[in-house]
Parts: sequence; structure tokens; C-alpha cells
Amino acid sequence: MDFRFDIIVEYAPFFLKGTLLTIGLSLAGIAIGTILGLFIGLGKMLKNRWLSFPFECYITIFRGTPLMVQILLIHFAVVPFIIDDTNGIAAAIIALSLNAAAYIAEIFRAGILSIDKGQMEAARSLGMNHVQAMRYIILPQASKRMIPPLGNEFIILIKDSSLASLVAAPEIMYWGRAMNGQYFAVWEPYLTAAVIYLLLTLSLSYLLHRLERRLATE
Amino acid sequence: MIRVEKLKKSFGTNEVLRDINISIQPQEVVVVIGPSGSGKSTFLRCINRLETITEGHIYIEDKDITDKKTDINKIRENVGMVFQQFNLFPHKTVIENIMISPLKVKKAKESEAKEKGMALLRKVGLEEKANVYPDSLSGGQKQRVAIARALAMEPKIMLFDEPTSALDPEMVGEVLEVMKQLAKEGMTMVVVTHEMGFAREVGDRVIFMDGGYIVEENIPAELFGNPQNERTKLFLGKVL
Repeated sequence: MDFRFDIIVEYAPFFLKGTLLTIGLSLAGIAIGTILGLFIGLGKMLKNRWLSFPFECYITIFRGTPLMVQILLIHFAVVPFIIDDTNGIAAAIIALSLNAAAYIAEIFRAGILSIDKGQMEAARSLGMNHVQAMRYIILPQASKRMIPPLGNEFIILIKDSSLASLVAAPEIMYWGRAMNGQYFAVWEPYLTAAVIYLLLTLSLSYLLHRLERRLATE
Repeated sequence: MIRVEKLKKSFGTNEVLRDINISIQPQEVVVVIGPSGSGKSTFLRCINRLETITEGHIYIEDKDITDKKTDINKIRENVGMVFQQFNLFPHKTVIENIMISPLKVKKAKESEAKEKGMALLRKVGLEEKANVYPDSLSGGQKQRVAIARALAMEPKIMLFDEPTSALDPEMVGEVLEVMKQLAKEGMTMVVVTHEMGFAREVGDRVIFMDGGYIVEENIPAELFGNPQNERTKLFLGKVL
């Protein structure tokens, strides 16, 4: 086997562009997924069964079906149905966000439930309403505990964004497959992609590790 | 000050409070004793509606707290509570624990809240602990901070739910001392406790609860010296 660095060099600008898009897709997924996830997590915790049921369904559906199916459905069915056109990047962002939101909702819920119920009682007994107690007492404590599982979810999200190549969003894997198609090479494109993904996830886990340490000493 | 009428509370099919009627006067110190599972903590938690009330009425300063229209948060501002497990906020320093509710609920000024908080810490003898986190305090210190935190809202009534039960024996005294001081200052107090010495010394009235009923109530000297009910005698025989 002879490893051709020249074709990697040739594709380097494309991989760079792909990496930027992968970062973009991931950041969008993280941001939208987190906001949506908090909302859905709180929704699932509503005491009224009828109100919490839709949120429960959401989590069940998006956790219970493959992300690949979700991306294809959204790209080829949902988006064209709404805007009468397709857009791989938009579809990927929507699918990644909706999927991550389901997992993040459960992370939020678990974080909030892990706080001793005496904390809520003490806050309420001091005259705070439910929202104040959540905001000043429960969420600050819960958010610290949510960081490790959230970090995990974000790393999964970066890797899962590779599925966006299926709907022709030109991210890392898309260029990998293009290179594979042009030169019938397998080691070069896929190893390059693997190394880039590894660099991305390593940087993220380094950042999260630092954040965790800073919060621990506070 | 507090009037309880035909209070009933069930958890599912388990009836914890069966028929509680009592009226508590301003400045009165009422001590609630009884075996575990008698419903005394549940009774206390009903007074500020930490438990939903199944049946009956509780009036605090003539406001019916079982009425859905009553703003329970307003009522709770006037009813301080001290818990067995302290429930201090671990992510806040001692002084922040005390200031948070005046700041957020009463919208007090930072400087005023701080000044008052320090005065309360002085009162419970923990001024020098203002800027540490609750983690570094002993049980007795934690409970004294919890009392100061409740007092920061300037409540008219203080509820104590077994405040010394989670403490090492040598720390019980310092907490009871603070409570005694509070009673002397004329605070209306309802205290669930196993400290019979405290009940005898500080209580204006002692209530013995068993099986979800108030079995017997009297001034401490009478209830401890001359109990009338068989169950009261049996209980006192075991704990005294």
C-alpha cells in the first residue's frame, strides 16, 4: 500500500471548509438543542400528566429512532413540504438540534431531580415562588452536575454531525467521501477525517474539563 | 395567630392527620411531642402548606391558607421554618444564605440586607463565619445559620421541625439556647422536638400527638407531671 499525501494536500482546502461547517453545525446543534432541551426537560417535569405527555412523546420519538432516519426524513420530506425546496445544511441543523434536545432534556431533568428536595422546600418556606426558587437555588446547583453529561452529549453531537454528509451538507465527511470517489482511495480520506474529528472532540473535552475545574473551586 | 380546624391529611390511602383542631395565640410557644409516625412533622408542614392539605382549614392571622386565592408566598414570608436537615444553600456563603430571600423576595437594598444579616449572625454567635460556605460548618452552626436565615424575613411565626434531631449531642445545647432566646423575645413558635427538657422549660403548652390525633394538650408541668391519657403515659414512660 502506498499512502498518497499529495491527494490529502490537494483536498486540504476542502477539508478546512468542511471542518468549519462541522464546527458550525455542532455549535448550532449545541445552542438550539440546549435551549430546546431545557424547555422540554422542564415540560416533562410538569405535574399535570396531560401537559407533560407531549414532552414525553417528543423524547421517546427522538431518542427511540436513529438520527440517520431523522436526517433523511427532515431533508427529503419535512423541509420540502414546508419550503418546497431542499437545503442540506438547514436540514442537518434541524435534525441535530431536535435529536440533541431529547437527550439534553433528560440531562436537565436528571440534574434538577438530583438536587435534594429540602432545597426547594427551604426556598419556598422563605417566601420565594417556584420560579425564583428554581432560578436562584435549584438551577445553579443542578447546572454544575449537568456539565459532565452535557459535555458527553456535545461530543456525540460533533461526531453525529458526520451524518449530514448523507444530505450533501459539505462538512468533513462529505469531502472525505468526495475524495474517496475521485481517487478510489480509502485510507487517505477516512483517516484524515478521523484525525480532524479527534482533534475537535479533544479540544472540546479539554475546554469542558477546564470549565468543570473552575466551577469546582468556586 | 394560627387556627387549625378539622385538618386532615392523607398520603394516598395512608391517613396521617385524622382530625386536628388547635388555636395558637401570638407569642405562644407550642411544643409538639409524640412517637415517630404520629403525624407531628406533617402537621407542622401543613401550617405553611409545604404539604397539600386534604381537608379542613388553617387560618394564619385570619387568612385561610387552604383557600386557592390566598397568595401562599406572602403567607410564607411571615412564617419562618427550620428543618431537621438544615437545608442551607450549599452554593452560597453563610451571609448570602441569609440575604437571598430579603433581596429577591422583599427587594431589600443590598447594604441593608447585609447589615441586618450580620446583626442576625451576631445574634446566633456566628459573625465570624459570614463569608464561609455551609460545608465548613458543624451541624450546630449550620442550624444556627438556618435560624438566622429564617429570621431575616422578619417572620411573625417560626416553625421548628425537629431542629436538633440531626445534631451530635454536644451541639444540641447551642441550638436550643438560640431558640430559648427567641422565645424570650416573644416569637410565636411551634416546635416539633424530642427534647423534653426544652418542652418543659420553654413551652407554654405541650401537645402530645399519636396516630394522627392530638391526644392530649396542657401546660408542660401538668402534661409531664400528671398525664391523663394512657398513651401519653406510655410515651412519657419510654422517653423520660
